Amino acid sequence: MSCFKGKYAEELAKNAAYIGTPGKGILAADESTGTIGKRLSSINVENNETNRRDLRELLFCTPGALQYLSGVILFEETLYQKTAGGKPFVDVLKEGGVLPGIKVDKGTVELAGTNGETTTQGFDDLGKRCAKYYEAGARFAKWRAVLKIGPNEPSELAIHENAYGLARYASICQENGLVPIVEPEILVDGSHDINKCAAVTERVLAACYKALNDHHVMLEGTLLKPNMVTPGSDSPKVAPEVIAEYTVRALQRTVPAAVPAIVFLSGGQSEEEATLNLNAMNKLQGKKPWSLSFSFGRALQQSTLKAWGGKKENVEKAQASFLVRAKANSEATLGAYKGDAKLGEGAAESLHVKDYKY
Amino acid sequence: MACASFAKLNAASSQWIGQQSFTQRSGSSASTRFATRRVSLPIRASSYTDELVKTAKTVASPGRGILAIDESNATCGKRLSSIGLDNTEANRQAYRQLLLTTPGLGEHISGAILFEETLYQSTTDGKKFVDCLREENIMPGIKVDKGLVPLPGSNNESWCQGLDGLASRSAEYYKQGARFAKWRTVVSIPCGPSALAVKEAAWGLARYAAISQDNGLVPIVEPEILLDGDHPIERTLEVAEKVWSEVFFYLAENNVIFEGILLKPSMVTPGAEHKEKASPETIAKFTLTMLKRRVPPAVPGIMFLSGGQSEVEATLNLNAMNQAPNPWHVSFSYARALQNTVLKTWQGRPENVEAAQKALLVRAKANSLAQLGKYSGEGESEEAKKGMFVKGYTY
Repeated sequence: MSCFKGKYAEELAKNAAYIGTPGKGILAADESTGTIGKRLSSINVENNETNRRDLRELLFCTPGALQYLSGVILFEETLYQKTAGGKPFVDVLKEGGVLPGIKVDKGTVELAGTNGETTTQGFDDLGKRCAKYYEAGARFAKWRAVLKIGPNEPSELAIHENAYGLARYASICQENGLVPIVEPEILVDGSHDINKCAAVTERVLAACYKALNDHHVMLEGTLLKPNMVTPGSDSPKVAPEVIAEYTVRALQRTVPAAVPAIVFLSGGQSEEEATLNLNAMNKLQGKKPWSLSFSFGRALQQSTLKAWGGKKENVEKAQASFLVRAKANSEATLGAYKGDAKLGEGAAESLHVKDYKY
Repeated sequence: MACASFAKLNAASSQWIGQQSFTQRSGSSASTRFATRRVSLPIRASSYTDELVKTAKTVASPGRGILAIDESNATCGKRLSSIGLDNTEANRQAYRQLLLTTPGLGEHISGAILFEETLYQSTTDGKKFVDCLREENIMPGIKVDKGLVPLPGSNNESWCQGLDGLASRSAEYYKQGARFAKWRTVVSIPCGPSALAVKEAAWGLARYAAISQDNGLVPIVEPEILLDGDHPIERTLEVAEKVWSEVFFYLAENNVIFEGILLKPSMVTPGAEHKEKASPETIAKFTLTMLKRRVPPAVPGIMFLSGGQSEVEATLNLNAMNQAPNPWHVSFSYARALQNTVLKTWQGRPENVEAAQKALLVRAKANSLAQLGKYSGEGESEEAKKGMFVKGYTY
């Protein structure tokens, strides 16, 4: 079999292509309970189920926002939650033309014998879990692998282990009707320059596609969620046009045209930076047979969180903030963002946390 | 990769060296106490990079493709004897002169692959063949492999030789005027193919490609999946995807610059002895599926080999592939499918040269139109429709 074509093949290709619809992208709202707790505590809100639900309801029910989204990644708890009025979140999303997605990995663990490099857990009963999530309404999944740049990193071992982990996860997803988002995040931490990031990104992506091919994954039914190619966090910044050029070139060298869309992670960039960089990529002339869009977590929610502060009376203001960012990123996927989004508090603030752990 | 294995001996990454307990985090103590071997940036063919990219783009220009006339002396002998000519240097020179001095060839041909002997030859008037080509804006190319030999431990499969001294040979060819190179290895579906044969084919191509770029030649990457066999088109697709996946992975490992290579794949078709023939549309669909799944958009051009198809078949199939825009230039690198009628028209007689050159232009123009997706197939001769598959064909 050249690639695995199970009973979901057509549906997978259709859903993957839909996620890459120009003008739309993904809201990554799949923070685990622990991680969302950090967000909530940053605005002095208690980490309980109601508050977690309230935050997600605020986002998903923002009037006019869903038109800018093709997918939302959820954490398991959220997949089964409802609005305060009793409507399941998956129904809210589906009615808004948005595909529900589900985070299926179980976090990273260190690889013994390496300098702090990691692999991602989550294979046990993954097939069963995916089937269950499909029944609950999910149509795509996400699994985050992490690599870092250092004097001797990423090592051959870390690259191989993470690439083949992603491929195995992708294969299991496709067997169970979920479009796998393949996410090999190369952390921005470090003092390296953009050339180094480009070289590592190209090497990692080449390994990922080799692994996916070896596992007979149907590329038309996958999405890629890579880091943008940028200088390290301790290095001087460069213009969005430069980031766009290096990123697109790295993708041209590694990502086959069969992949319908590439949805970037924001990885600690500020809301505005992430949007400007995405916009520059979509304005760039050159061969881009895949859509270039977003799958942002922090870079879509930061100013919304600040505006909300956990208070009911701030919901409208917070939703207005969210709408601004969603619209701006939608325009960025078309290369049409003018940089004039009303900057909410914190929109230009870097979201980089050194050695960030989800 | 060499640098990665060096890195593993470094105390920063191994817990066993120097009885160090393993508590290092990134940076500080390890890198100041030990000479840390940095993971170096991939070494690119720096002095030639721009030229490689430009050459590749020129060969991959709209409406043009490659004329492959790199038959070894022995193979050229077969061609000559088919029209009753002896295999002498003079006859080989006369034949290549006929082809390379065809007026207006450069309108449809962007590159010509030569055999070593031809690279150093001139017309009977003393004009270097490479100069004839340059004047028509046709890039001269050179076959650099040293042929196929049996692969030990395989299932009767072959591997391609030619890496020894390749760097200095390539440098010499560049001096003589060559700007691209070609290396043909084969994969046989009836023989498996075995994982060993596929790996060897892919690795050999990757090493050749890196050496070529280092010496200013754009490598044409050609893993020919032989037409031999009775397998269906789905099986060919499966094998092609495996082969190209290996090829691109090893090319990347060898730090080859993809903007400076060209591909020469076989089209995805059923085996020659399969009961059903596939239409050009089916061949196009399967071939494009394979390319979209395996070829990074950075590669500028894909120049198909004809591998035994008839002249018309090869043109029709190429045309079917160009009915919609592709992320890479999709074109031809044909030998038999451009030369068959030419040879038969020439018959070795000087009085037939003009007619033979016209015949070449007919085929070149047809394939040029096919590259643009505009070929109509009207007015083709019966000769042009004759298949040229030879079972167990060896160059």
